Amino acid sequence: MNSLLKAEGLTKVFSAEGKAEYAAVDHVSFQLGEGETLGLVGESGCGKSTLAKLIARLIEPTDGMISLKGEDITKIRGKKLREAYRQMQMVFQSPMGSFDPRKTIGYSIEESMRNHGMAKAERMQRTAELLEQCGLPPEYAGRYPHEISGGQCQRAAIARALAIRPKLLICDEATSSLDVTVQHQIMELLKTLKRENNLSFLFICHNLALVQSFCDRVLVMYEGRIVEEGTPDQIIQKPQSEYTKRLAEASF
Amino acid sequence: MTASITVRRQKIRKNHTKKRLFFFMILAALLMLVVVFAEQICPYDPNAQIFSVLEPPSAAHPAGTDRFGRDMLSRILVGLQTSVLSTLILVVIITVAGTVIGVLCGHLGGIVDSFMMRVSDVCLAFPGLVFALAIAALLNGGLQNAIIALAVISWPKYARIARSQTLALESTDYIAAARLAGDTSAQIILRHILPNSAGPVLVTAILDIGTMMMELAGLSFLGLGAMPPTAELGNMMSGGRSMLQTYPWVIIGPGIAIFIAVVIFNLLGDTVRDYLDPRNSRRQ
Repeated sequence: MNSLLKAEGLTKVFSAEGKAEYAAVDHVSFQLGEGETLGLVGESGCGKSTLAKLIARLIEPTDGMISLKGEDITKIRGKKLREAYRQMQMVFQSPMGSFDPRKTIGYSIEESMRNHGMAKAERMQRTAELLEQCGLPPEYAGRYPHEISGGQCQRAAIARALAIRPKLLICDEATSSLDVTVQHQIMELLKTLKRENNLSFLFICHNLALVQSFCDRVLVMYEGRIVEEGTPDQIIQKPQSEYTKRLAEASF
Repeated sequence: MTASITVRRQKIRKNHTKKRLFFFMILAALLMLVVVFAEQICPYDPNAQIFSVLEPPSAAHPAGTDRFGRDMLSRILVGLQTSVLSTLILVVIITVAGTVIGVLCGHLGGIVDSFMMRVSDVCLAFPGLVFALAIAALLNGGLQNAIIALAVISWPKYARIARSQTLALESTDYIAAARLAGDTSAQIILRHILPNSAGPVLVTAILDIGTMMMELAGLSFLGLGAMPPTAELGNMMSGGRSMLQTYPWVIIGPGIAIFIAVVIFNLLGDTVRDYLDPRNSRRQ
């Protein structure tokens, strides 16, 4: 399997005046193959989201390296970063919070296409197509985020992430804020999209059951470090580290 | 069921706000018409000293005449023009300058941010009007210098609002999403930060028109703004202050004019704030 994403010794240290330095992400290394779905589980505050933001280059790492398709993206900016985002998109935890309240859903979905120089007619067609693919009527493009439900909004967020046909989708607790039935629908959608578009996922979650049904491989993160790695079944049935044992017990 | 009731209630409230907004906008528009065409609609030359002095209000002079025999109504209209126009210029200056500085500080952070915020701290550390008085006096008075003085003390408020808005927005997921969509810093500011922080800044600006008008009139009242014989509401009141008991119309007329203008702008500001509330969306 070709490696799509690689992180080496990724570290993020937060320092505030008068407080001890705190490593939210501490020398994390992993690889993600093309077409692979990699789960990342861990308790709240263990650094999962920080790791997602580091990989998406939304915050700067203190140390370490990230490479995407063999290209070092740790320090790139501007146009190069824009090109990197062609390969890698993200779905956020809060569906409503990830849409500009003053812009229509359609505008937000189109934004990346516009930035990558797609013509207006083409953009509109693609938006309608994406919405349909994600199970929303195309006329939702004209709606504002507060006019649709959380689940619909998350579908729109997935549509937006897929707009420029990325290879890798980072899902940062993408289903956590949704109720269970909607969560199930979104998972089904992600599975379908994965099959149809040959997507790779970095799937961040704290629900082991979801991870088991969706991921090929799982990383367990605890206090900023990767403490365990394996297939979901290994992790659940034969947990090695103390934390993973507790997590598995708590989940089932 | 409940959803439709809530929706209906929201719609009613929205319509209500819309009506109110419409009403105050018409009032403000009327005021602006008066202001713009003051010279055309005033019955006499505001500077001609051709009538008997200190005449009480009558059919010929609805607001009386002042101690130099000038028609008060004409002077109030032209004075209103001076006051409102200079206030609007002042508010536009501080809004634009404050917003640009604030958004840039919030977005860039670092040294630029620290430096500009310390400068704004200095401006905010002095009691506003006293500081403005000092600056206006230093610049030798005059309407233009009064505007400069008030601009110097007033921009930090806007910079602070714009900066805090920017900082709050920078950490939202939708700004992160915009970055992932490939937006440059300029695009993020123009497409997302400005539209989303415009509401509070705009409301502050409209509400400030009234305050600024009073402060500008205040500086003129103290002799550091518009100089006689220019008709300006502040200096007209100042000129009439010794006659409050004997010839009250000389000071009451301009006072009422300031009052009406300030009230209109304040109520308009309130309504705009309600209207710009994101939950009161403009669309169906």
